[in-house]
Amino acid sequence: MDSYRTPLSRARGLGSAKHGVGAWIGERVAAIALVPLTLWGVFAVLRLAAGDYQFAVHWIAHPLNAVLMILLLGISFWHMCGGLRVVIEDYIHVALNKSALLLLNLFVCGLAGALSIFSILKVAFGGGAY
Amino acid sequence: MSDAAKAPRERPLSPHLSIWRWHITMASSIANRATGVALYVGALIAAAWALSLASGPDAYATFKAVLGSPLGLVVMFGLTVSFFYHLANGIRHLVWDAGYGFALKTANAASVFVFAFTAAATIAVWVVAAMTGAL
Repeated sequence: MDSYRTPLSRARGLGSAKHGVGAWIGERVAAIALVPLTLWGVFAVLRLAAGDYQFAVHWIAHPLNAVLMILLLGISFWHMCGGLRVVIEDYIHVALNKSALLLLNLFVCGLAGALSIFSILKVAFGGGAY
Repeated sequence: MSDAAKAPRERPLSPHLSIWRWHITMASSIANRATGVALYVGALIAAAWALSLASGPDAYATFKAVLGSPLGLVVMFGLTVSFFYHLANGIRHLVWDAGYGFALKTANAASVFVFAFTAAATIAVWVVAAMTGAL
């Protein structure tokens, strides 16, 4: 007998840190936001694919396009970071590998997201190089 | 309490993929993950687009040439399929999260609809792309 505490007493206060609901709702809100944003993104890709560099610079300089593109990319990177996180948690069971992959996932999404947003702001504010 | 102090015992494993008969909701679930991972790569391509745009005309031309190459178009086609699948199936998940659509017939029918929508939307977008000079 290691302890006189009952199993219930030990379990109380452990487990849920009472933050799960917020994380769950956050995932859904991001997913809902991505429905209109990604559909606009398909339209944007079709426009951009038909145009050249000058067109793209001119297009992204429009405030609506710049803001929607930043929201699309930012929320996408957030959403996919959470998505791949679950995949890693489900399939990788070696603690060190799991931690390393979770960190890598977070850093890749963070870096790619920051680079994308900065790049769009640079072109939107500064215009392209002509 | 003495049990908890010992090393973890062998736990029973849940029945694995190999013993299940394939059914459409299972295929939908697996496809949702697979397309999500594919779109991860797609988002990195979008980041490369933004970076090339900020890097100037030469980098942008190179980016467009790579994506316009036969291999690039195959990748874009795969991403179109993945996107419309993940979009439709994501909405299916949101409906489930709201508490609806769990009846077996409804769940199966929604799976079929998601696959059909993916095919129709992908073809529609590529027809539009061909008509508007995006290819």
